[in-house]
Amino acid sequence: MTALAALDGAADRRDGPAGLGFALDGLSLGYGHGMVLRDVHLEVVPSEVLVVVGASGSGKSTLLRALAGLLSPFSGKILAGGVEVAATSRDRAMVFQDDALLPWRTVRRNVELPLRLRKVPRRERGAAADTWIARVGLAGFEERLPRELSGGMRQRVQLARSLVAAPRAVLMDEPFGALDAQTRAEMQRLLLDVLRDTRATVVFVTHDVDEALLLADRVAVLGQRGVRSLIDVPEPRTPGADRSELRARILEEL
Amino acid sequence: MGAEAEVRRAPLAVPTGAPRPARPATGDGGTPRKVWVGWSWVVRAASLLAAAGLWQLLTVTDARIWLRFDRLPTLGEIGAEAGRQLTTPLYYLDLLQSLVRILTGFGLAAVAGITVGIAVARSRRTGYVLLPLLEAVRPIPAIALVPVAILLFPADEQGIVFITFAAAFFPIMVSTRHAVRALPTLWEDAVRTLGGGRRHVLRNVVLPGILPGVFGGLSVGMGVAWICVISAEMISGEFGVGYRTWSSYTVVDYPAVIVGMATIGALGWLTSASIELLGRRATRWLPRAEGSRA
Repeated sequence: MTALAALDGAADRRDGPAGLGFALDGLSLGYGHGMVLRDVHLEVVPSEVLVVVGASGSGKSTLLRALAGLLSPFSGKILAGGVEVAATSRDRAMVFQDDALLPWRTVRRNVELPLRLRKVPRRERGAAADTWIARVGLAGFEERLPRELSGGMRQRVQLARSLVAAPRAVLMDEPFGALDAQTRAEMQRLLLDVLRDTRATVVFVTHDVDEALLLADRVAVLGQRGVRSLIDVPEPRTPGADRSELRARILEEL
Repeated sequence: MGAEAEVRRAPLAVPTGAPRPARPATGDGGTPRKVWVGWSWVVRAASLLAAAGLWQLLTVTDARIWLRFDRLPTLGEIGAEAGRQLTTPLYYLDLLQSLVRILTGFGLAAVAGITVGIAVARSRRTGYVLLPLLEAVRPIPAIALVPVAILLFPADEQGIVFITFAAAFFPIMVSTRHAVRALPTLWEDAVRTLGGGRRHVLRNVVLPGILPGVFGGLSVGMGVAWICVISAEMISGEFGVGYRTWSSYTVVDYPAVIVGMATIGALGWLTSASIELLGRRATRWLPRAEGSRA
C-alpha cells in the first residue's frame, strides 16, 4: 500500500535514470564503541521522496551516511537496487548541511566536479554545469568562490552539484538546517521545483516536521530502537493541503 | 590561520538572493586604511634605516658599552667593500653557487617532504613503517650530518646539497602531515559520494586543501635551509657566500664579513618573499580580511 502511494507521488517526476530502491534489513549502526541505531528495517521505494524525521541524536544522519556508503554497519545490511552497499557510489549523491563545497573551486568548477570525476569532456561538463547553475537561480555567479556566497546560495550550489550527473538517489542531510526561515522556505520551493524533473529517489533527513510534510511521499519517524512509524502523505507536494492531523501524529511519535 | 576560519561562517540573516558583502565589517574605515598602505613602505624603509643608523652611531664612536663596537666596520667601510665586491665576478659566482645549492636542496626537500607527509598521514601502514625512523632522525641538526655527508658523497657539492635537503625536509614533512590530518573529512565525504575514488580525493581534496599548511612548512624550511647551506659552506666547499664570509673572517677582513652577512640576509629575504607570494597566490580561496596581507 505504501508502495502504491509512493509511486503515485513519483508519477509526475519523469526524467533521468530510474530511481534507486533501498532495503535495510536488521541494520545496526554506530561509531567506535557506541551504537547509535539498532535493528532498523526499512524499504525505500524507487523514485519516492522519503523524509526521515527524529529528535537530534536519534541517528538520522548516521542512517544517511550508511546509505551513502560512508559508514559500514555493525550488523545487518543495506541493499541499494538489490546490491549490497559496500562503498560510496556515483549513483548515491549526498547533500550535506553546510561547507561541503570545495572552497578553492569556483561555483562552476564545484558543480562540474562529479562530471569531471566521470571524465566527461570539458566543454560538455561546462555546459551541463551552467544549465544547472541557472536552474538553481545562480546564473551570473559561476566564477564566484564559495566564501563569496551566502549560506543559501552555497546550498543551491550543493544541490546543483549533487544533481548534475543524474544520480539514481539523492541523500540529503538537513540541507536547509543552517538557513534562516525565509531562505529555508525559498530553498524548499526550489527543491520541489527541481524534484519535478527527476526520477531519483530522495532520502531527506530533517528535524522540521513541516518541512517533512511539505516534501515527502512518506515520512519515517526514527527513534533509538529503529523506525517508530512510517506515515504516508496523501496528495504529496500539493501546496495548501491540510496536514494538521498528520503533523499532530508525527509530533506525538517524536 | 585559526582566526581566518572564524570569518568564513555566513551570517544567517543574509537573504539568499544577495551575496554576502565582499568587504567584511573591519574594512569599513576605507580611507584611513588606504593612507596607511601608502605610508607602509616609508615605515618599512625607515625601520631598516634606523637600524643602519644605530650601527653607524655605535661603530663611528667606537662604543664600548659592555658590548664592544670598536673593531666592527662603519657603514662607510662596509659600503666601500660592497662597492668593490659588486664589480668582481667572484661575488656573483659565490652568490650563484649558493643559490643553486639552496634551490636544489630545497626543491628536493619540497617534493620529498610533501610526498612523505601525505603518505604517512593518509596510510596507517606507511606511517608505522616510516614514522619511527623519521622521528629518530628529526632531532639531529642537519649541520651535524656534515661528517656523514663527507663520507657518503664523492663530492663536497653533493654533500652541501644533501645537508640543505635534510634541513628543509623535516619542517615541510611535518607541516604537510599536520595539514593532511587537519583537513575536514566533509570535503572527502563529498567527493566520495559524488563518485570519487582514492586518487580523486588525493587530487581534488588533499592536494589543494593542504596548501595553506604546506606553505607554512615551506617558509620555515626555506629559513633553515639557508642556515644550513651557509654553515655547510663554511665547513666545506670552495665557493659560496658562506665560504667567502668565513674565509674573510680568517684573514681579518671584517667589512667583507659584514658584506657577506648582508648578502645572506638579502638572499634569504628574497627567497622567503617569493614563497610567501606564491603561497598567497595559491591560497586565494582562503577567507581573508580585505586588504590584509596575511
